[in-house]
Amino acid sequence: MMEWIKTTIVPHFNFWIYVVIMMLGLWAAIGKNNLIKKLIGLSIFQTAILLLYVSMGVKEGASIPIVDETMGEAAVDFMAQGGGAAGATAFPINPDLFANPLPHVLMLTAIVVGVATLGVALALCQVIFRDFGTLEEPEILNQIQTIQDDV
Amino acid sequence: MILPLDIILLIFLVIAAVVALKLRDLLGAAMVFSTYGFLICLIWAEMGAVDVAFTEATVGAGISGALMIATIFKTARKSSD
Repeated sequence: MMEWIKTTIVPHFNFWIYVVIMMLGLWAAIGKNNLIKKLIGLSIFQTAILLLYVSMGVKEGASIPIVDETMGEAAVDFMAQGGGAAGATAFPINPDLFANPLPHVLMLTAIVVGVATLGVALALCQVIFRDFGTLEEPEILNQIQTIQDDV
Repeated sequence: MILPLDIILLIFLVIAAVVALKLRDLLGAAMVFSTYGFLICLIWAEMGAVDVAFTEATVGAGISGALMIATIFKTARKSSD
């Protein structure tokens, strides 16, 4: 059992936690009655996906993706020329020294989009509360049902 | 990546997520959700994603918590589950 934890759980701990958090968010978005609780669950679901993608860019022994003097004179010159200037034949930076920055930039966009959708959803919650006087889903569905029965 | 710090922060993250979803007081749930945002910001910084970390610190721990508290003050504070 301990051996199994050491070889299976610990090296991929980010991915195990990603699954746990994603299922927590899915459960809240489906199973909770309160609309604000559903939105908290939706945000948790979103951060789980961000965790998956950023975990893909992690390397053992790597640092933050910023070029400085510790990566060598050639690397600094290469970046000073705009990265890939005319005459550069080889890529002078060792990619093992820093985490893969591509998933980071992609997830940066996802975070900003996520807070925008959260803001719109909270505004819709306020409109729903003004019309129905409650944020509990069963009560809202009951009121909609009575309106439809009257018509 | 620093593995012991990573494991501790991820365990705290799961605890914060469960508490935020289980609290019946929505104001408390919004506070714990801000804590969740700050914890995941620490995880990004520890994994080397510094740009994602400071975006998450402003957006996840700051703005989304403030938006949620503003909505709760305009609507109801009690939740049924």
